[in-house]
Amino acid sequence: MGASHYLSLLVQSIFVQNILLVFFLGMCSFLACSKKLETALGLGVAVTFVLTVTVPVDWLVHEYFLKKGALAWAGFPDLDLSYLNFITFIAVIAAIVQIVEMVIDRFSASLYTALGVFLPLITVNCAILGGSLFMVERDYTFGESIVYGLGSGLGWFLAIVALASIREKIRYSDVPPGLRGLGLTFLITGLMAMAFMSFSGIKL
Amino acid sequence: MSQAAAERPPEIRKKPSFTLFSKKEKKTLLDPLWDDNPISVQVLGICSALAVTVQVNTALVMALGVIFVVCLSNVAVSLIRNWIPDSIRIIVYMVVIASLVIIVDEFLRAYLYNMSKMLSVFVGLIITNCIVMGRAEAFASKNPVWPSFLDGLGNTLGYSIILLIVATVREILGSGSFFGFKVVPESLYHIGYVNNGLMVLSPGAFIIMGLLIWAQRSISGYTEEG
Repeated sequence: MGASHYLSLLVQSIFVQNILLVFFLGMCSFLACSKKLETALGLGVAVTFVLTVTVPVDWLVHEYFLKKGALAWAGFPDLDLSYLNFITFIAVIAAIVQIVEMVIDRFSASLYTALGVFLPLITVNCAILGGSLFMVERDYTFGESIVYGLGSGLGWFLAIVALASIREKIRYSDVPPGLRGLGLTFLITGLMAMAFMSFSGIKL
Repeated sequence: MSQAAAERPPEIRKKPSFTLFSKKEKKTLLDPLWDDNPISVQVLGICSALAVTVQVNTALVMALGVIFVVCLSNVAVSLIRNWIPDSIRIIVYMVVIASLVIIVDEFLRAYLYNMSKMLSVFVGLIITNCIVMGRAEAFASKNPVWPSFLDGLGNTLGYSIILLIVATVREILGSGSFFGFKVVPESLYHIGYVNNGLMVLSPGAFIIMGLLIWAQRSISGYTEEG
């Protein structure tokens, strides 16, 4: 479990198991906010940041409160609260997004205006909740959960920035009316996903 | 308008209609099936639509789960719509939706364990499925209970239709089966037919969805700018 293990996990989560192109998480904001490169950049940064924070925090909550036997320190060795995972994680995410919003507002007004309405919307981005749920399913350690959060955030960032750049390029292309917008975006994403498949099999 | 109403005899005006669906309610139910389809027109709930459509049976279970959650969350939100303070409404919706999703998840674990393993995190992700939140915010928070229920039902049926079409195409082309039964005859494989492996992977989902949206929009005539 040296540094190479973490590096491998990072590369895995950015390229090979890209949270958007392989697991389809965070599609809604991916489609809605990829018309302009600038907004895509802002949203990508915000998602990366929130994922990096929430996955480890949710790990702590899961490990010390919700897992089977996790409440042994409080005198309940047999209690299994893992069915409360969903509702707790979503509350943790909402709280963290709120805190992040306040901190950014206090210390960096320019970043705050740049991110604007996207910050609160991150709460309902499936990529964030999905990251936490995958973390539970795959039994990551605390260190791994930090790396995984960062990696999947960067993967999402990469995908949305790439799509936004492509969409800016094709803005004036003559597209058949029914294909305009959503349909074409899906076809482009499909081709991007195919390109990302060439990373599969990479092991460090 | 008001003049015409005043000229009508009072007993007819007072008489309530006992039909199950008024014209407006029928529209609420039927519009999202095609013209205002949640996936291809409103762009809601795409994530899960792509992830669970490798096989028809997972898509069907997912569709049923979403129908259950959206109908009940719409009803619940509509019941309490007058008591929710505006500033914390999103959190209230979240709690309602998350509780319903926990019910679905526990039910699947108890009765359809294999299915719940196959759907893995995507059951939990119904919480962040935009279709649930979108309908609660856009419709149920402003309308009475019965229309809200119909709106939830209509939208999720529209969602299910797209889900099942995508899943059918992907399963037949990708694994040569439908609902787990082989439909591509053995003799075809002997003369060199191969299943299209790409359909099982994510690019297949994106491309099928793109083509489907293209077809749906060409027929229904909806276009978007840019």
